[in-house]
Amino acid sequence: MNRNDERLEVTALGKRFGNRDILSDLSFGLDAGSSLSVIGPSGCGKSTLLSMIAGLTCSTCGQILLPPDWKTAFILQDYGLFPWKNVRDNLALPLELSGKGRSERFRAVSDMLRELGMQGLEMRFPVQLSGGQRQRVAIGRALISRPDLLLMDEPFAALDAITREHLQNLLLAVWQRRRMSFILVTHNVAEAVFLGRFIMVMGGSPATRKLWIDNPCFGDASCRDSDAYFSVMRKVHDALELAESSVSVKDRA
Amino acid sequence: MKILDILFRYCVAFAVLLMLWQIGAWTLGPYLLPSPIDVLDAWLHALLNPVMKGHILSSSFRVVSAMMLAWIVAFPLGILLGYRRRIDRYISPMVFLTYPLPKIVLLPVFLTLFGLGDLSKILIIALTTGYQILVVTRDGIRQLDARYLDAFRTLGGSPCQLVRHVLIPAALPNAMTALKVSSGTAVAVLFMAESFATQTGLGFLIMDAWGRGDQLEMFCGILSMSLLGLLIYEICHIAERVLCRWKRLENRR
Repeated sequence: MNRNDERLEVTALGKRFGNRDILSDLSFGLDAGSSLSVIGPSGCGKSTLLSMIAGLTCSTCGQILLPPDWKTAFILQDYGLFPWKNVRDNLALPLELSGKGRSERFRAVSDMLRELGMQGLEMRFPVQLSGGQRQRVAIGRALISRPDLLLMDEPFAALDAITREHLQNLLLAVWQRRRMSFILVTHNVAEAVFLGRFIMVMGGSPATRKLWIDNPCFGDASCRDSDAYFSVMRKVHDALELAESSVSVKDRA
Repeated sequence: MKILDILFRYCVAFAVLLMLWQIGAWTLGPYLLPSPIDVLDAWLHALLNPVMKGHILSSSFRVVSAMMLAWIVAFPLGILLGYRRRIDRYISPMVFLTYPLPKIVLLPVFLTLFGLGDLSKILIIALTTGYQILVVTRDGIRQLDARYLDAFRTLGGSPCQLVRHVLIPAALPNAMTALKVSSGTAVAVLFMAESFATQTGLGFLIMDAWGRGDQLEMFCGILSMSLLGLLIYEICHIAERVLCRWKRLENRR
């Protein structure tokens, strides 16, 4: 099969926790090499969606179709680095788990350190790194096994504005080199617009897809000042506001 | 600089202890408490004596092999109980009912069951130290942050790899501290176990010399046993520092 024909296909997905529906009738598709930002009110099931795509949580109904040869990687909200492993060992872990040899691991880690701009820090433990550096390592660890689909759950939420912007640029640069698909769950409208080829706004209770935007600004690192960027942000913002109010009205009723 | 500083403080502490001992010796007289210089002199001479060497060697063998046995059994069992809640539900009531029991009271039972040789002594010491390692290791794993398990699941390792890359390193700091702390108990139990029905070991030497009223030899035994305890403690301490360097860095913050 041609790689470009491959895509992630989510159809009529639903999730129920106890007797409460979190997600219902959610459908979307994502082509190989494309990216999707998922944005929505807190607790609307964005993280659950990622975790279902990653295969960590089962869906209640509907289906998620991934090409069988796709490798996925997941970056968790709080980095998920192992405090007992230094930067080098954290980065090398996915390769070690898949049985790669020592010399191959060494080469891949050295390349990754260069790509992340973290040379010289490889012997440090996570506790000796700043938040931004830790998130770099988490991104590196997710990318080192060359995934076809990268899942990110608010990866930059804990960072200050400047570091956040640097890492968004880094992620875009990495995407431009590797062209993996990625899905980014975020609370931040600007981030969703900067990093999403498509933007999905979720809302309602149970949550479902409220808006799907084909984002023309994606892929241009200097788009942050453009009018198009602001107009997409406006659209997302309005949809988000609507989604928030629909949730609260329903909850009050 | 730091090492010199530590060394200096230890030398001062050692000198103060010797001084207190000397003052005690002057006050009580040489029949009740021989002076440290006499004891050190007798001890250095005794070290050349093959009988003394035999006592030291058999005590060291008993306590070291008991602690190793305790570690080999209790550390994996603690990890298993901490990680597998279902097994823990059935085993831990048994552990906690027997934990407060002073194991040393079982010494006569052990002597009857396992004979008067080394085995009964090794087992009673191993039982005492093993409990502490077991309980602390189990608690350490139970308190392990679930995000590390999630992070590992996203990387897709096998259960064996989970043990190697997550559970063992996560349990190690607690277990090493337990091993270090229990070394004092181990030597105390060794003394008790060697005071009965045996002709070898420092415990026997001390009690035998006491019975004969040979204060100098008794203090040579006490000094040897103290040094044995100190040596084991320091070895555990150094091993802990080397194996759990990340924990030390975390605590320093």
